[in-house]
Amino acid sequence: MSSDQHHHEESFIQKYIFSVDHKTIGLQYGITSLLFLLFGFGLMMVMRWQLAYPETPVPIVGWLLGETGILLPEIYNSLGAMHGTIMIFLGVVPLAVGAFGNYMVPLQIGAPDMAFPRLNAASYWSYFIGGVIMLSSFFMPEGAARSGWTSYPPLSIFESGQTIWLIGMVFLITSSLLGSMNIIVTIVQLRAPGLSWWRLPLFVWTQFVTSFLLVLAFPPLEAAAILQLMDRVAHTSFFLPSGLVYAGATVDVAGSGSPLLWQHLFWFLAHPEVYVLILPAMGIVGEVLANNTRKPLWGYSSMVYASVFLGFMSFIVWAHHMFLTGMGTAMSAFFQTTTMIISIPSVVILTSFFISLWGGRIRFNTPMLFALSFLPMFGIGGLTGLPLGIGASDIHLHDTYYVIGHFHYVVAPGTIFALFAGIYYWFPKITGRKMSEALGKLHFWPSLIFMNGIFMPMFIQGLAGVSRRMYDGGEIYAHAQDVLQWNEFMSISAFLLGAAQVPFIINILISIFNGEKADRNPWQATTIEWSAPSPPVPHLNFEGDVEVYRGPYEYSVPDAETDFLPQTEK
Amino acid sequence: MQIPYTIEERPETGLNNSKLGIWVFLASEVMLFGGLFSAYVFLRLAAPEGDFAYWGSKLNVPLATLNTLVLISSSVTVIMSWASLKLKDFEKYKLYMGLTLLCATIFLVIKYFEYTSKFHHGYYPSSSNFMAIYFTLTGLHGLHIIGGMIVMTYFWLPAGNKLWHTDPEHFTNRIEIAGLYWHFVDLVWIFLFPILYLL
Repeated sequence: MSSDQHHHEESFIQKYIFSVDHKTIGLQYGITSLLFLLFGFGLMMVMRWQLAYPETPVPIVGWLLGETGILLPEIYNSLGAMHGTIMIFLGVVPLAVGAFGNYMVPLQIGAPDMAFPRLNAASYWSYFIGGVIMLSSFFMPEGAARSGWTSYPPLSIFESGQTIWLIGMVFLITSSLLGSMNIIVTIVQLRAPGLSWWRLPLFVWTQFVTSFLLVLAFPPLEAAAILQLMDRVAHTSFFLPSGLVYAGATVDVAGSGSPLLWQHLFWFLAHPEVYVLILPAMGIVGEVLANNTRKPLWGYSSMVYASVFLGFMSFIVWAHHMFLTGMGTAMSAFFQTTTMIISIPSVVILTSFFISLWGGRIRFNTPMLFALSFLPMFGIGGLTGLPLGIGASDIHLHDTYYVIGHFHYVVAPGTIFALFAGIYYWFPKITGRKMSEALGKLHFWPSLIFMNGIFMPMFIQGLAGVSRRMYDGGEIYAHAQDVLQWNEFMSISAFLLGAAQVPFIINILISIFNGEKADRNPWQATTIEWSAPSPPVPHLNFEGDVEVYRGPYEYSVPDAETDFLPQTEK
Repeated sequence: MQIPYTIEERPETGLNNSKLGIWVFLASEVMLFGGLFSAYVFLRLAAPEGDFAYWGSKLNVPLATLNTLVLISSSVTVIMSWASLKLKDFEKYKLYMGLTLLCATIFLVIKYFEYTSKFHHGYYPSSSNFMAIYFTLTGLHGLHIIGGMIVMTYFWLPAGNKLWHTDPEHFTNRIEIAGLYWHFVDLVWIFLFPILYLL
């Protein structure tokens, strides 16, 4: 970076495409990941049509699925695998860490940019290439991956489409590694003078812990992906046991590999990944709650300690996904115990949020509604996880719709609602205009109702023993007959949830140009990003030097003239 | 725009941005190779009795010992190149960096002969789990060597080292960072050598 860079005019490509400004890259991440979220949701709607109205032509997009317009089992499996992959690796994580992390972390710590601006751009473009590879797999002769987002061998070694999935994942993993390295260094090195660790907003803390999880948990998945790629391309047998029979014939490989090895390596990433999904969401909720209750977050330091402890613990709970693999009761006992322990910090954080509401003067604006609904929704998601963490009850619930209901409550009305809260909350900072409150509420209420309409019946189906990943939704099983009627209810909820996103899209498009103008601090907030102009100065963020004098949430301080004291004010 | 602490150290951490960055990156690399090493342990425990030892005896220990010496020498020369910059001796830097690149090339040439001799005898990754993990681990390590060579060649050529003439401290820092990475790649080999060739 030469210091004279902002003296000459930047070309269109430098400014908007291959920009090194963290704000542009954050927006690129945000737009791309929102489009992927919409696309991944679309895949799910096609699947839900098949579950509600089995083997009838799919409306609107049916012509893409072949002559009959009926969703075939192979494509159903592809859509399932790609829905998971896209939602997690191309949707939620890039939105939470790539978009919000990139845009807000430097602003919240009073820095001019990320520590490594060019690495930052490389991270986005690596993500973009990974996304293109994943999307293009639908059009390849082999088709998209169809072994589930977990890609368990031996199935994933023999099923078509998996190689391209693995190559796409390598790009996505690289992107996450570069991005999270950058966030860690930025937070450690670039905090403005006076901004000590205990003055950091909760959001910055959660991004910090999240980045450590990404840096340390993703490489083992990369290792596993390399091994699986070797199994597919070089015909090794890392994951293939001796004497394996596939399609009626013994597989001709050296053998003595182990499918369990994949599961260990995979879940060593994928359990911390759960906390990668939830921690930034908690950070956003913390920001919005403090601002709209007009009082400091209750138990700020306990929440910070809880986040860090959550990060540590998330590395030693992975095998609770594997109780049914026959890995042994001693292993199960250990991982049950750690799983019960890890629920404690989550409860600490959630309880602190609830107590933070106590005695507040709550403003029910759109970001606050989303943040408030996060609390019970994440609560349901978390509590329904406990029976899955205990071996005895997991035997019954494993691989049923109960599991689907559980983790979707954590991620969909949990994390995604928090991300919506973040979008409504920070939109004025990014564009200089507020989003419409009326359209926002029209987005919120139907979303809340239909989210529950989709996921609540999954618990009922799962408790009745209906397996996940079934093309016919369990139609051929006698034990599923009593709960099958919920399929149509869930599918209609899903279509209506899709319709409920229309006001959100309209709201964004209209508000960019015609929204109510916002000054630099429209929410009367305390954290540092609100002392920058809206939108912040390109390549500099702040007009002058930033100096920090107080903690992150000094709301309603007795004897103060206003009910909020910004961190940058003496 | 100037990012703070690109060259100078932040007082309370005692690090500049790049140095902290490379340490975080190396932590992730530890996890990458750690994942593969644990796969090695897992497969070795699951393998039939004596299987790993049998296939391990097919490897060429003298060549690998030579390669270990070559790689350790390159770690020494890369330090010397950084030390030369600290002493403001740019010609010595070019010499030692050139020697490092030479060692890296020798390493890859020896590795090439090892690989082709395996293929010549009909040993492929698909021959056994030992051969599979051998080719995977040494192949990935080889890619790390090539990656390091690309970066160091850039710093060795005039296009990359012109920064020395405008901002010597910045350039010296870059060589230090590249050196840290190079030591890590060397260290991985120090682990690979015994578990693959000697055990």
